[in-house]
Amino acid sequence: MPWTQVCCCYDGTFPGFLTCVFESYVNKEEPVEFRTPDDPCCSLYPQRTILTHENHAMRVYRSLEGKLGRVGRDLFVRGFLTCLPEKELWLWRFLRMGYSQGPSFLRNLTDPTVDRVRRAVQHLNGEAHQYKGFVRFSDYHGILAGEIEPKNRVLPLLRPHFRGRYPGENLILHDRTHREALFSRPEQWAILPVEDVQLGPPDEAELAYRKLWRSFYDTIAIQGRYNPKYRMGHMPKRYWAMMTEFQKDWDTALPEISNPSCPKKQPLV
Amino acid sequence: MELLDKLNILADAAKYDAACTSSGLDRSGRPGTVGSTMMAGCCHSFSADGRCISLLKVLLTNYCVYDCQYCVNRRSNDLPRAAFTPRELCELTMGFYRRNYIEGLFLSSAVIQNPDYTTERMIETLRLLREEYRFGGYIHAKAIPGADPLLTHRLGLLADRLSVNIELPSAQSLSRLAPDKGRQAIFTPMKQIRDGITASKQELKLYRHAPRFAPAGQSTQMIVGATPESDRHILSLTQSLYDKYHLKRVFYSAYMPVSTSPLLPAPQDFQPPLLREHRLYQADWLLRYYHFRAEEILDESQPDLDPRMDPKCCWALRHLDFFPVEVNRADYEALLRVPGIGVRSARRILTARRAGPLTFEGLKRLGVVLKRAQYFLTCSGRAPRGLKISEDGLLRRLIALEAPALAEPMPEQLSLFDSVG
Repeated sequence: MPWTQVCCCYDGTFPGFLTCVFESYVNKEEPVEFRTPDDPCCSLYPQRTILTHENHAMRVYRSLEGKLGRVGRDLFVRGFLTCLPEKELWLWRFLRMGYSQGPSFLRNLTDPTVDRVRRAVQHLNGEAHQYKGFVRFSDYHGILAGEIEPKNRVLPLLRPHFRGRYPGENLILHDRTHREALFSRPEQWAILPVEDVQLGPPDEAELAYRKLWRSFYDTIAIQGRYNPKYRMGHMPKRYWAMMTEFQKDWDTALPEISNPSCPKKQPLV
Repeated sequence: MELLDKLNILADAAKYDAACTSSGLDRSGRPGTVGSTMMAGCCHSFSADGRCISLLKVLLTNYCVYDCQYCVNRRSNDLPRAAFTPRELCELTMGFYRRNYIEGLFLSSAVIQNPDYTTERMIETLRLLREEYRFGGYIHAKAIPGADPLLTHRLGLLADRLSVNIELPSAQSLSRLAPDKGRQAIFTPMKQIRDGITASKQELKLYRHAPRFAPAGQSTQMIVGATPESDRHILSLTQSLYDKYHLKRVFYSAYMPVSTSPLLPAPQDFQPPLLREHRLYQADWLLRYYHFRAEEILDESQPDLDPRMDPKCCWALRHLDFFPVEVNRADYEALLRVPGIGVRSARRILTARRAGPLTFEGLKRLGVVLKRAQYFLTCSGRAPRGLKISEDGLLRRLIALEAPALAEPMPEQLSLFDSVG
């Protein structure tokens, strides 16, 4: 007998999603839609509200490595961080394939489900790798703070990198798209939802380094090889807003007012 | 002089050096230090010319005793000169590194006084950076030709990657344009670094804490377009550098008109050979990742790379008897020879065909560029439906595929109405 098709409402967390999987198998119901509290519209399918249950989620999580293999488990877990539309549904199908066929199903790279999930995770990994380079930190009295606007939720992937790179530093990395931030101290870290992070005005030393960096950036380009298309291919413009080398106006204005030795802009008459 | 001015002068002096990477070594950060390195390297920005900025690329100084014609920093060139003190450069590197502007330091130098003194200054800077500032990020240092081998060795113990630029592709050009540098002076440190790396790897097998000498290997660069060497000459040189000196990378740098010397192409309306450089890099990739040999890519009958098409397509067109390749049977090496199949998609094909026979539809999902590959493949013995094409038509289609990507405008069609002469 085919499973009843239902719409799962859950809290949007990964344990919540795993609980949905657990409940679906227990009740023999197939989720065809997933709703989180953020989604406004209602569904035509019978709704099931799933409350996150830690132990049930753990049971599903523990099954992943055996059924999907280590590679499959990582794809599944990372898949949840991606911006793939209807990612829960794709991951549910992915999991069903794994449960029925075992880890060898991953070989079937031409299968639409495997392909979708693999591509989405590849996009996530690619974006995380780019952000390892494109994040810009500012020094606020000994705390390094940076902001990003990623499409995928890259913070969990960036955490080990930046904690490893700056073992003695206090870090804040704010993800503006998903409204969460990584807070890291040498001995502990957390990724917490935040409403808004307001970074105060940078101090003199910080501004001096920004100026040096912008100047280096402008100098290092060879005029005879100017190639904006090539640059945009490697570093799309959506990254630019957060990068020091492109923020020409808003923070250089500050020291030029306080420092009278800098020539002021002449008004155009 | 202000730090900002020094940075401008010395970054400007270093920017023509293309051999600048941050790859080849995985090292995680340790408590008490700052910095780590990544095997794949990491680009922190891209400059307006589209090249990756991963390291703080500067010269320690641009005061030079040499007078190499192709170089901006030659003695006879009238330029503002500057020099970093070791501490200034360390502060700058750490300040940039903490803010995640850079992946590490690329340290090169013009030859001040003599090669030994120059290397000593570089060693002093790197020692300060590693020992006092506890910097664990990537350091790429230039070995200065003509320096004492012991100094080069010390430099290699502090840096992650070393490079010696061979500058020009042949001994004749080198003696003409860089009379102060001999070919021997360039290959001696290269040989020394190669042997140092081999010895260090041996020692590390025996003693876990043995000092590591240039653990990310060595690289080099040469200038293309300033001298009359053919692509074939350059590629065979590259091949022998990979074979004999185990280089990680060979970089090509299209000559930029920085000099009015009569020995060099005149700077007036000289176009830097950017497309040629691009084709050379494509051929270089074939050597390093696609199991090609230089003599396969070019031979006496064809000394230069075809600007209209990538070298792999050219090879395929000259070896049509090798094709079509059967996707479901062919081995990895054969798959790599197909235009439109890269290292990743070849690996994916090997994995995916264990699950079942592949079709053209499936190949698209694996990332194969079918618009190029379709002419050279069969899936279970079948070519793509409706594809029948002559040898001549194939050439035209492949050229047409690349035409939009080439920056240069296509040749204009002749018109009957243009005035003649």
